[in-house]
Amino acid sequence: MESPVIYIDIEKTIITPSGKMNLVFKSEIASGELLALFGASGEGKTTLLRMLAGLTKPDKGIIKYGEKVWFDSFKGIHVASQNRNIGFMFQDYALFPNMTIEGNIRYAQTTKDEEMVDQLLELFGLTGFRKQKPDKLSGGQKQRVALARALARTPDILLLDEPFSSLDYKMRLSIQTEIKKAYQFKQTTMIIVSHDPAEILRLTERIICIENGAIVRTGTPKEVFADYEIITFNS
Amino acid sequence: MDIDFLITLWITLKLALLTTFILVLLGMPVAYGLAYTKFKAKPLVEALISMPMVLPPSVVGYYVLLVYSPRNAFGAWLAQTLDIRLAFSFSGILLASVLFSLPFMVQPLLSGLRSLPDSLSEASYTLGKSKTTTFFRVLLPNVKSSFITAVALTFAHCIGEFGIVLMVGGNIPGETRVASIAIYDEVQALNFALADQYAIILFGISFVLLAVIYSVNRKNDQWKVL
Repeated sequence: MESPVIYIDIEKTIITPSGKMNLVFKSEIASGELLALFGASGEGKTTLLRMLAGLTKPDKGIIKYGEKVWFDSFKGIHVASQNRNIGFMFQDYALFPNMTIEGNIRYAQTTKDEEMVDQLLELFGLTGFRKQKPDKLSGGQKQRVALARALARTPDILLLDEPFSSLDYKMRLSIQTEIKKAYQFKQTTMIIVSHDPAEILRLTERIICIENGAIVRTGTPKEVFADYEIITFNS
Repeated sequence: MDIDFLITLWITLKLALLTTFILVLLGMPVAYGLAYTKFKAKPLVEALISMPMVLPPSVVGYYVLLVYSPRNAFGAWLAQTLDIRLAFSFSGILLASVLFSLPFMVQPLLSGLRSLPDSLSEASYTLGKSKTTTFFRVLLPNVKSSFITAVALTFAHCIGEFGIVLMVGGNIPGETRVASIAIYDEVQALNFALADQYAIILFGISFVLLAVIYSVNRKNDQWKVL
């Protein structure tokens, strides 16, 4: 079954290192889309993901998932994160230190499904570490666990906040392959925050560029990165 | 062995156990509320909870006695509605002990919860888990050493309470007399042998509890007291 369209039309004042900035975002995201949010640090990309996840409230506007209203400032509606069926991969992975790797994945499930736990562990090459605690894993392994855990809930939308931020080149390529696997696993709608054109070109189908808190360009990665100014701005 | 000696030890132990038990139930929601909610009066609430740590126990005891008095609203309500008089009773010293020991339970838990990154609870929420499930399955297990510290400190502190128990309880043998007060009484009566017995037992309990805290925290590679 296809996921419905996500409709976002919000405003939020955010604090950046250079002062207050008004984040204005209006867009639609199609079902099963693999979308990148691109822009420099402090442009509000993470805030946007957090608003979609229900972790941060917009100042005003509407967020809809198909017919379901997740946020409506005019009607005072704010659906909690727990009721949005999203998967969120945090920059710091946010793995639960008290649980084993399989425990982290199992915790994410709504109904117990051991077969799926085994499947996810195998898909991300974690079977050998299933009984380990997160602090025994490398950065790349932790990232894979975070991805597997986010998928274990079978989310409608997967939100990935700079999933490659602290990895070396080789590990980046490996995790990008894992994300492709994750995408193919359920054809879940995915939104990735990134400021690396190379990984966006490799991974995503559509890109939204944010600058000074507003959308400045949208299109396929090739169309957008043909724009010289954006390439230089990023480098 | 002297029966009064055993009764006094039993009252001391009963007071410490009940106070710790009540504070485990009360301290967790208070610490959670202070760590995760925002309200304007929070600094005032935190200051009030921590007051017993800086005030002389006799001051707290004096105010508690005033509150218990049937001449004041709460005391009058208790006496007229429930026929309960808290002053100079075991229930009275228990309630006073709960109030007086509250910061010893709340502060270690609070500093433990505040040391956890927000992303832990947020990750749990995005996985569809309620605040209660998140607290008991994610937050509390990750502040285990703070929890053990809080329980042990509260218990050890209750075992050694003197001023507030004396003020509120009045040192009634078999009712409100605890070991720390008994030591004082026995020394005054030059009965050093009995004072010795009480003192060794209190010393032993406190030493064992603190040794447990240190070894647990060493195992967790951190010391999270206050």
